[in-house]
Amino acid sequence: MRWETTRNFKQAAWKALMLVSALITCSILVFMIGYVLGQGVKGLSIDFLTTKPSYLTEHIGILPDILNTVYILVVAIAVLLPLGVGAAVYLSEYAKNDKVVRVIDYAADILSGIPSIIYGLVGMLFFCQFLRMETSLLAGALTLVIMNLPTLMRTTRESLLSVAKGLREGGYGLGASKWRVVRSIVIPECLDGMITGCILSAGRILGESAALLFTAGFAHTLHGFFDGITNAGATLTVALYVYAKEQGEFQVAFSIAVILMLLAVIVNMSAEIVKAVFKRKKEG
Amino acid sequence: MSKTIDKVMQGFFLLCGLITVGCVCLITFYLIISGIPAVREIGLGKFLFGKVWASTAKEPLYGIMPFILTSVYGTVGAIMIGVPIGFFTAVYLAKFAPGWIKKSVGFVVSLLASIPSVVYGLVGMLVLVPAVRELFQIADGATLFAAMIVLAVMILPSIINVSVTALDAVPKKYEQGALALGATECETCFRVSVPAAKSGIIASVVLGIGRAVGEAMAVMMVSGNVANMPKLFGSVRFLTTAVASEMSYASGLQKQALFSIALVLFVFIMVINFVLRKVTLGGDGAK
Repeated sequence: MRWETTRNFKQAAWKALMLVSALITCSILVFMIGYVLGQGVKGLSIDFLTTKPSYLTEHIGILPDILNTVYILVVAIAVLLPLGVGAAVYLSEYAKNDKVVRVIDYAADILSGIPSIIYGLVGMLFFCQFLRMETSLLAGALTLVIMNLPTLMRTTRESLLSVAKGLREGGYGLGASKWRVVRSIVIPECLDGMITGCILSAGRILGESAALLFTAGFAHTLHGFFDGITNAGATLTVALYVYAKEQGEFQVAFSIAVILMLLAVIVNMSAEIVKAVFKRKKEG
Repeated sequence: MSKTIDKVMQGFFLLCGLITVGCVCLITFYLIISGIPAVREIGLGKFLFGKVWASTAKEPLYGIMPFILTSVYGTVGAIMIGVPIGFFTAVYLAKFAPGWIKKSVGFVVSLLASIPSVVYGLVGMLVLVPAVRELFQIADGATLFAAMIVLAVMILPSIINVSVTALDAVPKKYEQGALALGATECETCFRVSVPAAKSGIIASVVLGIGRAVGEAMAVMMVSGNVANMPKLFGSVRFLTTAVASEMSYASGLQKQALFSIALVLFVFIMVINFVLRKVTLGGDGAK
């Protein structure tokens, strides 16, 4: 009888421990969201979003930062997409040598473990100094491409694995060349992996700051797209850091944080939606 | 014609495949080339084990022991706080939570993972730092302790996600067998499922260690950023923040020394990666 009570007690204790832990995890998120919204929403206005900062009038607007973020996102994804998908296609369709696959896999693993500050440093040395891009959005975007390569490669490869063998063999049986099969059968089938990879990468790009500090810089000037990518500029995250740490403008920082959290929610939701849509398609 | 296109495309795909390898080589190459000169000038022993970092003094001293120790202590602290919470949350989600809770907490966790580190830094700076100051009655709350807590929160998502995946993969038969032998739910869970998912759970911790060692911006905002030897309630500087905080104005030997710090950080990360790979591959081999 006594044995049973200790057992029951232990059972209850373990359960309590688990519930408390799960509660802590959730309350951290609730607190973060609540606090950031509470502090940041009042600073948001059309004026804040659509003007540039001016030292003369001490006015702060974040339009340049928003545009810089969009530019970097566009450039990075445009370069990343062919490279990442190409790498995944190579691994699953072309590579015959097991050793090569293992080496590439290992390299991707290493890349995804390297901290962003090191990417920033090497990006500065290679893109800004060696390739003479100076501190520019382009250099920042290319640094981010290297950083996100493993992500896109992995998601694309996962969805390539689920392409039925028979489809490919059917293509070859009809006399199609390898490239033809890849282009018309394999790549369309891995669309979901490509899109998920791009969304995840976009999320990381939106949140990245350490890799961009020394590659893309922290200017707040307003530029068009082609001027923009060759000039230095702060993305929203970098702007948040600069406003909070260097200038003590916490209100502005919190307002940017609201936008960033909103974007994070959108990114997460769309990843879920893409997953659900393609799952239904594949089943139905 | 189509044959040439075929060849060209094959070349293109090969190139894409090799690009990851190329990037790793590029990064290693640049870090070694730019990290070695300063170490040579300062002396490896003096650089690694020197206890004073005074890069802007008249007779500059470049000892990075404070940064190394801070990074190690900070990571250990973050693991000690974060791993239990993450582990128990993961067990709850994988084995006990009803479907809808699992789904919604899963969404919460992925949201936590995608909040930018500067936002953690910002909230830490304005909530945690003053709280630490009030609670422990110290002059400045921007301390190693605050950094540990922020890091612990930031590694939670990776620990939970990876552990849940590992626990979900445990064959149902194991658990059914234990239950049939009269074990309670919790006994089954902690004596059967958790040991079976051991390699995945360890991998999640190693992954967390990697995240914590490499995080720069959030700890920069809450750790005070002074190059002291680490004290739990003192202002400290990590390996990552040492690089980030002086890079913008450094030049000459000081700049080269920063590259050497990055090289040391890189070596740390490579060791962690290696362990992670061993753990995950070892786990696959056992199955």
